[in-house]
Amino acid sequence: MKFSELLHPTPAGLYCPVGDFYIDPVRAVARAVITHGHADHARAGHGAVLATPETMAIMAARYGENFTNHRQPLALGEKVKINNVDVSFAPAGHVLGSAQAVVDHQGLTMVCSGDYKRRPDPTCQLFEPVPCHVFITEATFGLPVFRHPDDRAQMRDLLASVKRNPDRSHLVGAYALGKAQRIIALLRAEGYQEPIYIHGAMQKLCDLYESFDINLGELRPATLKDGEGTPQDFAGKVIVCPPSAMQDKWARRFPDPVICFASGWMRIRQRAKQRGVELPLILSDHADWDELTTTLEEVDAEEIWVTHGREEALVRWAELNGRKAKALSLVGYEDEAE
Amino acid sequence: MQRFAKLLDQLILTLSRNSKIRLLTDYFKTVPDPERGWAVAAITRDLEIKSFKPGMLRQMAEQHLDPVLYGLSYDFVGDMAETVSLIWPTTHGTNYLPTLSDVVETLDQATRAETPQIVEGWLNALDPTGRWALIKLITGGLRIGVAARTVKIALAAYGEKPVQEIEELWHGLEAPYTELFAWLDHKAEKPINAARAPFRPVMLAHPVEEKDKERIDPSHHMVEWKWDGIRVQAVREQGVARLYSRTGDDISGAFADVVESLEIDASFDGELLVYDPDKPPFAVRSFGDLQQRLNRKTVSKKMRQTHPAFIRVYDLLWLEGEDLRSLPFSTRRKRLEKLFEAHDFARMDLSPLVDFDDWESLAQKRAAPPLDAIEGVMIKKSDAVYVPGRPKGEWWKWKREPFIIDAVMLYAQRGHGKRSSFYSDYTFGCWRDVDGKRELVPVGKAYSGFTDEELKKLDKFVRNNTLNRFGPVREVRHEPDHGVVLEIAFEGLNKSTRHKSGVAMRFPRINRLRWDKPPSEADELATLEAML
Repeated sequence: MKFSELLHPTPAGLYCPVGDFYIDPVRAVARAVITHGHADHARAGHGAVLATPETMAIMAARYGENFTNHRQPLALGEKVKINNVDVSFAPAGHVLGSAQAVVDHQGLTMVCSGDYKRRPDPTCQLFEPVPCHVFITEATFGLPVFRHPDDRAQMRDLLASVKRNPDRSHLVGAYALGKAQRIIALLRAEGYQEPIYIHGAMQKLCDLYESFDINLGELRPATLKDGEGTPQDFAGKVIVCPPSAMQDKWARRFPDPVICFASGWMRIRQRAKQRGVELPLILSDHADWDELTTTLEEVDAEEIWVTHGREEALVRWAELNGRKAKALSLVGYEDEAE
Repeated sequence: MQRFAKLLDQLILTLSRNSKIRLLTDYFKTVPDPERGWAVAAITRDLEIKSFKPGMLRQMAEQHLDPVLYGLSYDFVGDMAETVSLIWPTTHGTNYLPTLSDVVETLDQATRAETPQIVEGWLNALDPTGRWALIKLITGGLRIGVAARTVKIALAAYGEKPVQEIEELWHGLEAPYTELFAWLDHKAEKPINAARAPFRPVMLAHPVEEKDKERIDPSHHMVEWKWDGIRVQAVREQGVARLYSRTGDDISGAFADVVESLEIDASFDGELLVYDPDKPPFAVRSFGDLQQRLNRKTVSKKMRQTHPAFIRVYDLLWLEGEDLRSLPFSTRRKRLEKLFEAHDFARMDLSPLVDFDDWESLAQKRAAPPLDAIEGVMIKKSDAVYVPGRPKGEWWKWKREPFIIDAVMLYAQRGHGKRSSFYSDYTFGCWRDVDGKRELVPVGKAYSGFTDEELKKLDKFVRNNTLNRFGPVREVRHEPDHGVVLEIAFEGLNKSTRHKSGVAMRFPRINRLRWDKPPSEADELATLEAML
């Protein structure tokens, strides 16, 4: 069996003709396997959805209970058959519930890793490499300039700045699903016990994380009740919000905020400067260059397919290291929001 | 080096000048000599470091990394120092971190052949931020958005001294400025500026307001035209000649023609202007022509011929060893006039006095000056001694009224810092006819002149009337009967080939918001063109 007979790219996304399903399709399809809950991978309107219970809950929270006609939850490590094709989920370490889709048929194993990272994250299960014939990888940070520093050091920088500026609030822009909860959990792990203030758009997802036993400590809405409190109440506090809110009218309620942005892109100084970020926090839910290349070595696949991001550089690395790789040039996946 | 790197990293992301000054003073407090002095020199670009070619660095990087991967990385990052600093492999086990002083002093001694190996050793020892700062330093391009002036203000704040004292000393000092820091730390006397042709901090004027007029008695004041050039100080002493900007930056390089023509030992205060070489001296040209010669380290021969510069002098601070600053203005003026009677300076003339009988006649002169290059009048108390800074009630400037036009807001962009959630930078346009159709063409950009309340209203208008978004920029509705008319005040107009409209405004700002006026009644581009 040729690899492309089991999975191949189509305009709607990666398609498995034998099992008649798509993985992370970018448009509505009859049957979808969803690796994780980020909007560019998990869309509403599919006939049937196979995903982890956590991802299922995230999709329901974002799109409403009717996001699909048929839900088929599958826990990490478990296996089902779809039209004679074995599908199982291995942890991807990206966000809560994120999984690699492992597709097995007649002795051929292909792994679609979705988005992933390798370093420990208190809010999700650690990535597990699965030996396979074809490994399908992302390449969001697929350039050797991206080597994410230690998470904990980044959090200590944030806390040091909070301590140094007791009169200012710290506005941390972070992707609402995953990054925000990870930051909160990491701050807790550094011993920060103060209440953390969150933007209204994050409440639902934070509650959802809590319902899966991820303890985020005391969270408060970053709002001023009519007639009560003053903007000065936010001085010396940490507020977590979606990146778009930092430049929104919403942000005006905070006194002279230190604009922080938690993203792997913050590694590039000009990116931080362009966005008016005063304290860049280099923190990513995607694998950096070393994590990507280590993973490719560990899974030791016969072929590497690169879905989105900086494909060209990762393919070049494979070439230099005697590995067969190609770019799938899938459209519809965004990396700017990271 | 790591501490210096951190300082640069913080400075580059800091927007407000006060915060930059705080970062610098903190650095001066916590970092010892000579490290902090070398940092000052590096930031003020006074550091002469042996040049290290960017090509050498790329070669070094490519020894560790595939050139294709390097190329892809560079294309993505767009900055050589940052690319190399990030892709440089981390070497474990190298734990000696060079200080900034090590870098400066070692490179000063090293031969060209030794340099790459030394640099490589440092790159191995440092972290990405340290590597970035090192590369910026040795390739001579910090570009961190900190003016030399800001550093001088920070030094003054650190030592609790007036900034003029720092400016006065500046050109007599040498990196790493240990004498300066000893004085700022109250551990030594103020250093004596032994350098020849030093800068003398300048005296500045206050704008005349209506309430000031009764205090200014015409019989005790002298008036000159206010020239639309740049304030300079030209000094020659024992063969050394220099031209300084009003903040004490040495701009001799860009105006060698003027500097060479200083034929006596003296210190002149005046306005730098360019003149038309085809007319009798000195036919003053527009500020736009002068601008072409500014901010250049050196100037081509052709530029010197087509845009010759000269100084219109209005004060004499020092003459052949004698400091005249403690003399009254009228006395200094007499000495200056005598000097111009005795000498025929090739690139200097005397700024004439203007009669000042009463406010009414002066107002008429100010409204209709004889030359375009005049932007108002200067009113100086006859007995004013020359003091640095802006003393009260001594010198006054009375600028002519700004030009005013009505323009239509076309685009709005978010501001920075405290204004980052507000659309506070506006591009505005005027009408013109293209093939019988009336359209708005952008003529300028303004981001000041409104109150906080007005800003809120403008921001709301932008958000509710957005046509298109281009990154941080929004196009706003601008139809003949729907849009915002901004009354724009500006100081002057230059021809411009870079702008679609063909004109460039000087210091445009919002004078008033004309919510009452429909965009169709805003001004025509032809109105602006007529002002050229």
